[in-house]
Amino acid sequence: MSATLQVPTGTGCLDAPVLRERGQREVFCGLTGIVWLHRKIQDAFFLVVGSRTCAHLIQSAAGVMIFAEPRFATAIIDERDLAGLADANDELDRVVAQLLARRPEIKLLFLVGSCPSEVIKLDLSRAAERLSQTHMPDVRVLNYSGSGIETTFTQGEDACLAALVPIMPRIAAGAQPSLLVVGALAEVVEDQFRRMFAAMGIERVSFLPPRRSVDLPGVGPDTVMLLAQPFLADTARALEARGATHLSAPFPLGEEGTTAWLHAAAESFGVPAARFAMATDPSRQRASAALAVAQKKLAGKRIFFFPDSQLELPLARFVSRELGMKLVEVGTPYLHRDHMTPELALLPQSTFLSEGQDVDRQLDRCRAARPDIAVCGLGLANPLEAEGITTKWSIELLFTPIQGYNQASDLAELFARPLLRRTKLAV
Amino acid sequence: MQLTLWTYEGPPHVGAMRVVTAMRGVHYVLHAPQGDTYADLLFTMIERRAARPPVTYTTFQARDLGGDTAELFKSAARDAYERFRPQALLVGASCTAELIQDDPGGLARALNLPVPVVAVELPAYQKKENWGAAETFYQLVRAFAKPRTRPAGGRPSCNILGPCALGFRHRDDVREITKLLGALGVDVNVTAPEGAAPADMTRLADADFNVVLYPEIGMQAASWLQRNFQLPYTKTVPIGVGATQDFIAEVAALAGVAVPDSLSAAGSNLPWYSRSVDSTYLTNKRVFIFGDATHVVAAARIASEEMGFEVVGLGTYSREFAREVRDAAKRYGVDALITDDYLDVESRVTELRPELVLGTQMERNIAKRLGIPCAVISAPVHVQDFPARYSPQMGYEGANVLFDSWVHPLMMGLEEHLITMFREDFEFSADAAPSHLGGAVKKLPETILQAANPAKDTERRWSAEAEAELGKIPFFVRGKARRNTESFAQERGLATITIDTLYDAKAHYAR
Repeated sequence: MSATLQVPTGTGCLDAPVLRERGQREVFCGLTGIVWLHRKIQDAFFLVVGSRTCAHLIQSAAGVMIFAEPRFATAIIDERDLAGLADANDELDRVVAQLLARRPEIKLLFLVGSCPSEVIKLDLSRAAERLSQTHMPDVRVLNYSGSGIETTFTQGEDACLAALVPIMPRIAAGAQPSLLVVGALAEVVEDQFRRMFAAMGIERVSFLPPRRSVDLPGVGPDTVMLLAQPFLADTARALEARGATHLSAPFPLGEEGTTAWLHAAAESFGVPAARFAMATDPSRQRASAALAVAQKKLAGKRIFFFPDSQLELPLARFVSRELGMKLVEVGTPYLHRDHMTPELALLPQSTFLSEGQDVDRQLDRCRAARPDIAVCGLGLANPLEAEGITTKWSIELLFTPIQGYNQASDLAELFARPLLRRTKLAV
Repeated sequence: MQLTLWTYEGPPHVGAMRVVTAMRGVHYVLHAPQGDTYADLLFTMIERRAARPPVTYTTFQARDLGGDTAELFKSAARDAYERFRPQALLVGASCTAELIQDDPGGLARALNLPVPVVAVELPAYQKKENWGAAETFYQLVRAFAKPRTRPAGGRPSCNILGPCALGFRHRDDVREITKLLGALGVDVNVTAPEGAAPADMTRLADADFNVVLYPEIGMQAASWLQRNFQLPYTKTVPIGVGATQDFIAEVAALAGVAVPDSLSAAGSNLPWYSRSVDSTYLTNKRVFIFGDATHVVAAARIASEEMGFEVVGLGTYSREFAREVRDAAKRYGVDALITDDYLDVESRVTELRPELVLGTQMERNIAKRLGIPCAVISAPVHVQDFPARYSPQMGYEGANVLFDSWVHPLMMGLEEHLITMFREDFEFSADAAPSHLGGAVKKLPETILQAANPAKDTERRWSAEAEAELGKIPFFVRGKARRNTESFAQERGLATITIDTLYDAKAHYAR
């Protein structure tokens, strides 16, 4: 197996037309990211400043009910705040003090903006500054917006990580180059990548977000970054502004994507081809062997992606190139051309891409196309199943370790299982 | 601003969704930002509804706020009408759209659609889900109900008001009560919101009276129908054997029919099961009850009169019905807990140390953490609250279901005795859980109990023997025994607690 990526012939989907739609978008807002971020950064707390709807959304999205006291809460704006009877800032200070008294172990507090807080123009960045002054050094207070008017689903993670960038320690110019992997990953995946980089001889590797906020990695002109997730436009821009260099690569989904992603780092750090091959070949072979099994179940199956997480393009590339699935439509809430160039180049030339959504029209297209499987949000899954269309809930793709070699077949299995279930059930 | 870690009720527009999703032929156009579509999953995932809720959201974004969100609403409403061709359009705003004040009602009416437009204003910063459901249902009833056209005479007929989407066992309750009404010779004219179309709602006044199954949702509409169409309505919610009998009597009086013998309390197994000797161990089990007002008031009566439990605490998150719950609490000599903060509920449960908790899914979680058996009696609902089997709460069959589901989490009679007698058997852990539920309760409870109720007098020393003896007391009363013994010792100025102190205290506090 060659260490370098096979460059596809042609330009893939780079010049393909994209259907842009502006209708009802059946997507989560950025607050949803709190569901995984609050578990990822273990000493951080997320306080949404919003309405009862915000509180209800997060608890509903988080597996329908929360059964442990979570590290997130909502400061619910009430009538008194709106009528100006209570100074919203005083109220926020009171709620934050109440919260921190309850959770003294918290080191980092995010004030998370919502649709109502944005509309009433509650300035959470000033509030965060003020509260930081009050509660430092015990607790640092930052803010970002997870509002639906500004963010779609995974963009909440982007906004959260972008808020961390300004407080990352500065690494002065002239330091040894270091690698920063950006995007929340399952711990098992992080550990695998760390071992993989070590095997290539890349030792200075850090991850954003860190598991504990006090371990925030540094950044500087000698930092190179690899995006582990495809929805981090603002974070990447903020890191670039602090001197980091973005390594353009496909995302680490599947054997091919993971290899290309690792290879981008290897190239940047001058890892010799032989060493790269030594570090990756066993894992690549293992992944390929596992995927060969999955391919038997999935090759030729037609798949339809509803827009949801921005993972759709990398997933489409993986299922088409490594599993032999046929792409009916690949919808994405937002197409970030820069970050997606390597993915677009690998997609089959005729791929039907859509950006944004008009959910009823898209459902019409899906019904007309009768795909073998549709990847969609939780609101659409059972209705589509009831119409005889097999589905995969897209949120599971965020909550399951899917990146890297050892997870490639797990990712394939996520698509295979609903199809298998269909064939098993005789009732 | 209120710090909220978890909420019993969603925003009021979710209540409106529960009403339209239950109905046929109504489409709801909701002015709401991107993201508010999450509410669809409540219906498609939790309730496993096979169709999307009949709701179109405008899903506006920041870029729309600079432009014309009113135009966006109008085109969404027009498209929704064209696509779904409903008999009526319901329009409104979610919390964010309320702030931008686009007046969905006015905008939708200006479209001159060929169907009625009903606008609901649901103040999202004051009100909650159940209120939103009640208000929406009331507005729809007001909009569609017409004077009676059915001639007088004929079989007595009633409407069933209140059942809707995401309700706790509404599906099965309606079936059970419809059957019961049939046995009384009473026809069901319209059931609403569940299953009703606007055309059905025009016929509401053809009934002779209303049966209000869920006052949280149906009461406002029922009292309007009484004021405007002189339709009386039932006050008893038929949950439990006694309440079912009262309900039957109430309906019989309203309908002017006699109660057939087949509808006696013998229709339920509960009375005999409760009297059978195996149930003796249920006597005065200490029970804490929390949920919506209707289910809590009903559960308290059943617990006390039909199961022989002792109600040690009750409460509700339904502030609109706080008075009813306070009245009920008085009957059992306890203070009602009226709160929508589950931490208040948790600390009350911790303090009371009941032997059984009847609550919502959140109380189930609290009880699990504290190692207390629990049965779920009320919304907010969870996917498990939509069992595949027939499982009503109301009527005689509902009473059977309640007996089983409340007794099941408890230790069985003889098992409890054996564990108490032979606590040191190596297979009986001191924290043994009911054997049929598998697995032992984790050690966690005791530490939580202690943390929540730190001994005020830590110097009061327990002798090793007394401590060991305390360990032989069943875990669910151990905390209370410890507390009582310590205050007993304190009152008498005893520096050390011995086995004798423990038993002296037990005798002292014996009821």
